[in-house]
Amino acid sequence: MSILGNRVLRKEDPKFLTVGGTYVDDVPLDHPLHVVYVRSTVAHARIVSIDTDEAASAPGVVAVYTAADIDLAPMPPGAPFANPAMTRPWLADGVVRFVGDMVAAVVAESREQAVDAAELVGVDYEPLPVLVDPEQALESETLLFPEAGTNLVLSIPESLVGIMLPPEAAEQDPNLFDGCEVVVKQRIFNQRVAPCPLEVRAAAATFEDGRITQWSSTQSAHGVKTTIAGTFGVDEADVRVIAPDVGGGFGAKMGGGPEELFVTWLAREYGRPARWVETRSESMMTLGHGRAQIQDVEIGGTRDGKITAYRLNVVQDAGAYPNFGALLPMMTRMMLGGVYEIEKLSFTSRSVATNTNPTVAYRGAGRPEAAAAIERAVDLFAAEIGMDPAEVRRKNMIRKDSFPHPTATGVTYDVGDYETALDRVLERADYAGLRAEQARRRESDDPVQMGIGLSVYVEITNGIPGSEFGSVEVLPDGKARVLTGTSPHGQGHGTAWSMLVSEQLGIPIEDIEVVYGDTDRVPRGVGTFGSKSLQSGGVAVHQASEQVVVKARELAAELLEANPDDVVLDKAEGRFHVAGNPTAAKSWAELAVAAPDGLSAEADFEAPGPTFPFGAHLVVAEVDTDTGLARIVRMVAVDDAGTILNPLLLEGQLHGGIAQGVAQALLEEVRYDEDGNPVTSNLADYAMISATELPSFETHPMETPTPFNPLGAKGVGESGTIGSTPAVQNAVVDALSHLGVRHVQMPTTPIRIWQAINDAKGGGAR
Amino acid sequence: MKVAIEVNGTRQEREVEPRQLLVFFLRDDLGLTGTNVGCDTSNCGACTVLLDGESVKSCSVLAVQADGGSVTTIEGLATDGGLHPMQAAFQQHHALQCGYCTPGMVMAAVSLVREHPNPTEAEVREGLEGNLCRCTGYHNIVKAVMAAGGGR
Repeated sequence: MSILGNRVLRKEDPKFLTVGGTYVDDVPLDHPLHVVYVRSTVAHARIVSIDTDEAASAPGVVAVYTAADIDLAPMPPGAPFANPAMTRPWLADGVVRFVGDMVAAVVAESREQAVDAAELVGVDYEPLPVLVDPEQALESETLLFPEAGTNLVLSIPESLVGIMLPPEAAEQDPNLFDGCEVVVKQRIFNQRVAPCPLEVRAAAATFEDGRITQWSSTQSAHGVKTTIAGTFGVDEADVRVIAPDVGGGFGAKMGGGPEELFVTWLAREYGRPARWVETRSESMMTLGHGRAQIQDVEIGGTRDGKITAYRLNVVQDAGAYPNFGALLPMMTRMMLGGVYEIEKLSFTSRSVATNTNPTVAYRGAGRPEAAAAIERAVDLFAAEIGMDPAEVRRKNMIRKDSFPHPTATGVTYDVGDYETALDRVLERADYAGLRAEQARRRESDDPVQMGIGLSVYVEITNGIPGSEFGSVEVLPDGKARVLTGTSPHGQGHGTAWSMLVSEQLGIPIEDIEVVYGDTDRVPRGVGTFGSKSLQSGGVAVHQASEQVVVKARELAAELLEANPDDVVLDKAEGRFHVAGNPTAAKSWAELAVAAPDGLSAEADFEAPGPTFPFGAHLVVAEVDTDTGLARIVRMVAVDDAGTILNPLLLEGQLHGGIAQGVAQALLEEVRYDEDGNPVTSNLADYAMISATELPSFETHPMETPTPFNPLGAKGVGESGTIGSTPAVQNAVVDALSHLGVRHVQMPTTPIRIWQAINDAKGGGAR
Repeated sequence: MKVAIEVNGTRQEREVEPRQLLVFFLRDDLGLTGTNVGCDTSNCGACTVLLDGESVKSCSVLAVQADGGSVTTIEGLATDGGLHPMQAAFQQHHALQCGYCTPGMVMAAVSLVREHPNPTEAEVREGLEGNLCRCTGYHNIVKAVMAAGGGR
């Protein structure tokens, strides 16, 4: 019986549950230096002077550094195709560009001493005009980087034509909506949110015998290794990066930021271990934020529900030092039309530097923004023509017999069945019953109204081309060791990869060790992001397992003096024997001992293309029309990520994703005041979602295998986030639509809902 | 100042700074790194431990306040070499992913079901409001706590 597809409990758990994980801050170091960064308290200013004297003479202080003291070239923009003049100095070099910008580094014998001394660093600022609004930044004469000549970081299609887009992509159809009977427009704020991994960033480093060892709370140990080697001009062989247990990442923990690399620099400079751990407040201000798009949508079609044209114009807030967030509109563009067959599509984006924290990838990374826009637009269109939103969706969907499906935005959806996902979610939720209950509440003028929100999404996973590494070795004791280039931080690869190996080799999963996140032990790797791990790294482990079985069978045949074709593997016993003759057999242990060079195989798997998981989410919201409070009553989700390896892990990924998607729609928003001061800079002020604000979820799997890998697996890490946000927003609006409300911006907080109701009533006070 | 605190059944006598928080006494002085720090505003609950049987956020208690008291951390929860029923339920229901909130969440859950045996889902959700998790969406945590607490 196959182990695949079963609810196998995680091998990782007993350690976390009894002694806790080993995170970077738990790694013991011999008398490390501790660094604390002095961060800018103003959003945009010239630094007149920095007084470090008092700090430098404080107890335990080893050194205080400013830009003048370090000789390291500024870091290039973290986004490909960004304006190259928008570089980031290690420590602010004459100008600070956001609250949280690094001004000085205080190095001390203890963390407490460094914190105390950092308070003593005096900085004299001369204020500069502050740009918080990216649209204003586009027009302003104030420039974050005067040498760049603009605040525009990059624009799509312009910056990508001839690189990632064909020349014709530059042409915009001025008559996109000609012939439409109905056209609806809406400005949508896909607001800035904070990733909030429970473990904040941390780094530690040692420098011994000419080798750097760096511990990093990262999603990509090998990526950090490459960054360190490049930054310090050393051979990659002289760098070891260890990602120990990592307390969540969500796209924002790629590692290799200035805070982390300065720790490397210190270790090299002093020949002593060094350590940095940020505080939560520091993290909320300076760990990259997500989303932050201003979207203008326009959707048009016929009165009988056919959508024929759709346009999305985006202004992407890139923050002060352009990072990966600046490029994410590219992903938004790819997924522009969602699950729909729309004849005419148009997209533009401008990514803009502002005096705010840089934006990066955050769970979904450009695709939630695409799904939120089209799914809200479809609802607006449905409301305008007075048609049921489920019907409008059904009418415009890409049919399941038309895959592989090339889109107008230049990607090819591998496989899909959107209509079944929609049908199933409507059936499981009892859509007709819900609509009846909604009608009853409307008729009785119930103060608590009910809204039903739908979204049908498709997204792209494993979207960045490239291979991932995996290897399997059978050890002389008959156990197995797996090396993987993925870099998990909660996903359960230890269990999942063991299942893949056990399926092929018959070795029980408790006898399989999975090694990751250590560049000395794993020869190469890419990491874990973009929902790529199973369909790349997992497949590599699967293929390596198959090869090990082939090698073992040949060896067993040799030892048994038989033809390899006649030798079978008894997986239950973990032994090879000639078919029909189980008495003479060779165990894995015997074969591992007998193999002259050991018994192992490695694989680098590169998929022929990305995969496109999809699903349908239905949210039932209750909205108190007196207080404006919206509550999610039900969350019904049908999600298809291809063949399921372990339903337990799949559901876990969906749950977490859904919660984060609901959080964006309902609660969470990073805000700055007009002077660029963050007003949500800790977990007291930022409304990170808690258990009380969520219901239990009703998840229903679908399995449409992808043809792009032998496991049939797509990614599921981000699906929940992508599908849930528009379903929640649509539900909130739906609860109020009979009152004349057609849109409520996210997060749909009580004040926004109350105002929307009030505005719809003509602005009169209740 | 000198303190004497029983931690996981063992009496620990140490000199501590008056400003030292209980969480750093546990982590730095005793090396019990299972208890984590996740915020600086006492919102996240990652540092939750039991003090004299009741859950406290150890970032909001000074070590000197625990003088003479008895502290249980995640390391001291399991007895007889097996998992505590709450720990077992967390594994059984996949109520943890990255593991960072887990020690605090488990300790808060143990305290919750002691105070409210057979909790309803709403009681579990209310009771865990002060413990944040970013990975699980709380769904499986709620299931685990109800299972371990004989929930209705």
